[in-house]
Amino acid sequence: MLRKGGIAARKFMPAGSSLSNVIYWVVIGFLFLPLFVLVLYSFNSGRQTTWQGFSFVWYQKLVMASPELWRAFFNSITIAFGSALMSTAIGTLAAVGTTRYSFKLKNLVSTMSFVPMILPEIVVGVSLLIFFAGVGLRLGLLTVWIAHTTFNLPFVYLLVSARLEESDPSIVEAARDLGANEMQILFRIILPMALPGILSAFLTAVTLSLEDFVITFFVTGPGGTTLPLYIYSMIRFGVSPVINALSAVMVAGTVLLVYPMRNFLKVFAAR
Amino acid sequence: MKKQVGLLYSLPQILWLLVFFAAPLCIIIVYSFLKKGLYGGVEPQFSLEAYTALANPNILLVTWRTLKISIIATALTLLIALPCGYSIARSKNQAARLFLVIVPFWTNFLVRIYAWIAILGNEGFLNDILRALHLTTESVQFLYNQTAVILVLVYMYLPYAILPLFSTIDKFDFTLLDAARDLGASRFQSYVRVLLPNIKSGLMTAGLFTFVPIFGAYAVPLLIGGKDSYMLGNIIADQLTKTRNWPLASSISMTVTILTTGLVFLIAMRKPREQKQVFDADPAFLQAVPAGKR
Repeated sequence: MLRKGGIAARKFMPAGSSLSNVIYWVVIGFLFLPLFVLVLYSFNSGRQTTWQGFSFVWYQKLVMASPELWRAFFNSITIAFGSALMSTAIGTLAAVGTTRYSFKLKNLVSTMSFVPMILPEIVVGVSLLIFFAGVGLRLGLLTVWIAHTTFNLPFVYLLVSARLEESDPSIVEAARDLGANEMQILFRIILPMALPGILSAFLTAVTLSLEDFVITFFVTGPGGTTLPLYIYSMIRFGVSPVINALSAVMVAGTVLLVYPMRNFLKVFAAR
Repeated sequence: MKKQVGLLYSLPQILWLLVFFAAPLCIIIVYSFLKKGLYGGVEPQFSLEAYTALANPNILLVTWRTLKISIIATALTLLIALPCGYSIARSKNQAARLFLVIVPFWTNFLVRIYAWIAILGNEGFLNDILRALHLTTESVQFLYNQTAVILVLVYMYLPYAILPLFSTIDKFDFTLLDAARDLGASRFQSYVRVLLPNIKSGLMTAGLFTFVPIFGAYAVPLLIGGKDSYMLGNIIADQLTKTRNWPLASSISMTVTILTTGLVFLIAMRKPREQKQVFDADPAFLQAVPAGKR
């Protein structure tokens, strides 16, 4: 190998990591294979998974003949935005409280906020189910909303705290010196400063909620079927190829949703 | 005055977590020490039955199997994720490469499980290809065994390991590798003795983010696995909804909780700096977590 360029130049060369590059592309292939298969089968005219010809029939069925699916979809959206709103409100306030002020229980609050994140989902789901049964709360959309708000909280708290810690505390002090009261400081200084963090926390909560299956599975009841639960019952009790079309639409939706994230990742990568 | 303001801000979150997180956990601790009721629920009577029942050979077997599957799947995941993270960190196009890892990760969890059923099923993609190539005439049964479960678990949690590994490797000073090479180390030696010790915290975070959810896995063994791949999560659900033995469901949940949180704290407490690494996981990583979280 040529060593002329010296260390500085070599840093920008691929530096012989060709094996890791090969592994990377194989892994990307592995990660995309299932998505590719789903999209392929969604255009299959046959009922079986075996390929029988190109057709849009399952997309038609998806739009026209699946009222339950659409109800599950709207439940999912309602729960996602409802729980994201609640957890963002509560979590943001707590993040402001623990990063901007010091008080006796501060460490306890931040530690307690992490624990739900490290517990396996099944434990959270089971304990909430037993709790709801104990207090006599009927299982349904309300219990799902409570559960989703609970598992969203640690993520909101972390993301907003991280953002607040980056901002300059002297701005708040300046505002206070100039006579701003607590409410003015919160709404005109702290919250606008933390806005990017709050927005990303909100979006994170929405996606976490849309995604969840295990916890929802335990705490749901009549009328509380979300989209993942609906897909689950389709897998369990007779697969209809409509599920392929639905999955393909969801994959496309994901790509459209994640694409704006690219800019965010660029910032992250440039650091 | 100032002190009360901070507490006041945090109060809604404290209350919410007390009622909907701490209280339910306390209830399963209490339930695990009670007698089981005739039709589900519990009798208000102290009993260690739920804990002695853990020594039941069947539960011991499933616990052992759960540990085995989690360890194998975590090890495989880390082994594959390490070169991926390295490759992303050294690439000129980091954002694009991260994006490719995250797209499948953001696809709904159940959709991805279903996709694997469509690939591995008797009438699935893989069997179609094998038949088209005349390698087989009968369908090969790929689904409903431990290998399939491990494969799908690795698939599910791979991005979990790649992202934290990438962000640690990205902070690593690659000129150190050149220095090691100049001093006579082989390429392999430079990776093992220079790179690995420097990214230990990333490896631990990645391992934790993979091991904990796999240890509590429920949906993957249920839908992809067969009788030989039943895991603790499945037993908990069965005890809760089918056998209706709530104390036993609680005591198994307690075991899972203690094992996983114990592991987290053990790793977090090793060094104060590493504790920060585990808990202050990069916001960017958390942002990416959503779709794949479970």
